[in-house]
Amino acid sequence: MSGVRVLVGTRKGAFVLTADGKREDWEVSGPHFGGWEIYHVAGSPAEPDRLYASQTSGWFGQVVQRSDDGGKTWDTVGNEFAYDGVPGTHQWYDGTPHPWEFARVWHFEPSATDPDVVYAGVEDAALFRSVDGGQSWQELAGLRGHGSGPHWQPGAGGMCLHTIVLDPRDPGRMHVAISAAGVFRTDDAGKTWRPTNRGLKSEGIPEEEAEVGHCVHNLAMHPSRPDTLYMQKHWDVMRTDDAGESWYDIGGDLPTDFGFPISVHAHEPETVYVVPITSDYLHVPLDGKLRVYRSRTGGNEWEPLTKGLPQEHCYVNILRDAMAVDSLDECGVYFGTTGGQVYRSADAGNTWAPIVRDLPPVLSVEVQTLP
Amino acid sequence: MSELASESSAQSELASESSAQSELASESSAQSELANIRVKLPAHLRKLARVDGEVELDLEGPVTQRAVLDALEGRYPVLRGTIRDHGTHKRRAFVRFFACEQDLSHESPDAPLPEPVARGTEPFLVVGAMAGG
Repeated sequence: MSGVRVLVGTRKGAFVLTADGKREDWEVSGPHFGGWEIYHVAGSPAEPDRLYASQTSGWFGQVVQRSDDGGKTWDTVGNEFAYDGVPGTHQWYDGTPHPWEFARVWHFEPSATDPDVVYAGVEDAALFRSVDGGQSWQELAGLRGHGSGPHWQPGAGGMCLHTIVLDPRDPGRMHVAISAAGVFRTDDAGKTWRPTNRGLKSEGIPEEEAEVGHCVHNLAMHPSRPDTLYMQKHWDVMRTDDAGESWYDIGGDLPTDFGFPISVHAHEPETVYVVPITSDYLHVPLDGKLRVYRSRTGGNEWEPLTKGLPQEHCYVNILRDAMAVDSLDECGVYFGTTGGQVYRSADAGNTWAPIVRDLPPVLSVEVQTLP
Repeated sequence: MSELASESSAQSELASESSAQSELASESSAQSELANIRVKLPAHLRKLARVDGEVELDLEGPVTQRAVLDALEGRYPVLRGTIRDHGTHKRRAFVRFFACEQDLSHESPDAPLPEPVARGTEPFLVVGAMAGG
């Protein structure tokens, strides 16, 4: 019987949650790497037992862990992320030039076809690639070398490259998102990049519709429609149907369009999920009610999903990499909170239940659908 | 995060002690004896390196921070990048080096370590800086 494996990164270790296709009874394994911040754990679509984990610490820096047995055992691989050439500078919070310094890996995106190929989005914002299963890392320096690089500024969480979307139709094309620079696209497998932010409007920057400088929080794509991307921005939920050439607002009737994660249903490319958060200064659910919002129309019309979620006194946040979907026949939706809960819905969001309630603050959630 | 207090006049005394020790160290290297060094790692790094208790390293030549860390990373490559930067070999900001009840974090990586460390009677401590609030 098919099943799912949920990979959870937290402030104090990684956890692996597994269940069969019913998604009712869960086995919890962890903490792995207890005491370390685990920004992200991701599995290879080409070899599901191959996992990559970003293990970081303010004291001891970056460690990369790899598992080849679905998270039962782990081995360290390469942790040297050296910027290509002279790193140069970006803007610091006070507007002064600041040298590019590696801090940590925020996100791994394994190749869909080769388990040894994996991309890493890092802080300070850059994209690295490994072609040997994580043993060594090379920067795709054309991104940081984009002419706007010296003007990029960090968001409140640091200047991180947090989202990598690979186009399943075209191996040369990928999209990345950087806080707070915006979205960039390559069509030549990472050699050259250009910003794809037309249509975004951000009140927090001097020129509201600038080419770069937008605080994009997360992107999502349905593999059957690689030209359509959904975006949760600092404020605004946005959509493009031409691979980022132009974006338009789909926030519609959301109670607030601030938030962090965004996901697409595994089988319905027009069904989208967000978790509205009160505002940029109140990173908690509106009115203390934890509500996932679903649009079945590709945006604009949204319905609150509340069954099984706390509807009073709830003041957790859901971070950008902490929501994911499985691809079982009845699509499952998962998210983790800064309060340590991981919720699952086995019916596309209609009803929810916690898998675990008391983990450390959740930084990331990924789901693997197992045969 | 707050860093531990660091430089003090006590350290200038240390520095002159160190130069005396450098004579000692070169004497011992002249005799080409292996120095048996004890290194105590913090719990996170012990776990990463999969070791229990202290690490013992045999060093040839002057016993310095650099020599100890080179030998440590040589034996446990997983520790590369966790104590000092990969490229520059600069100590990570929240890592400290103690020995003989002294903070050696700001000493030159090529300064000889105190004689009891070189003799193996005292361990060289790699410490996660006290931090928090």
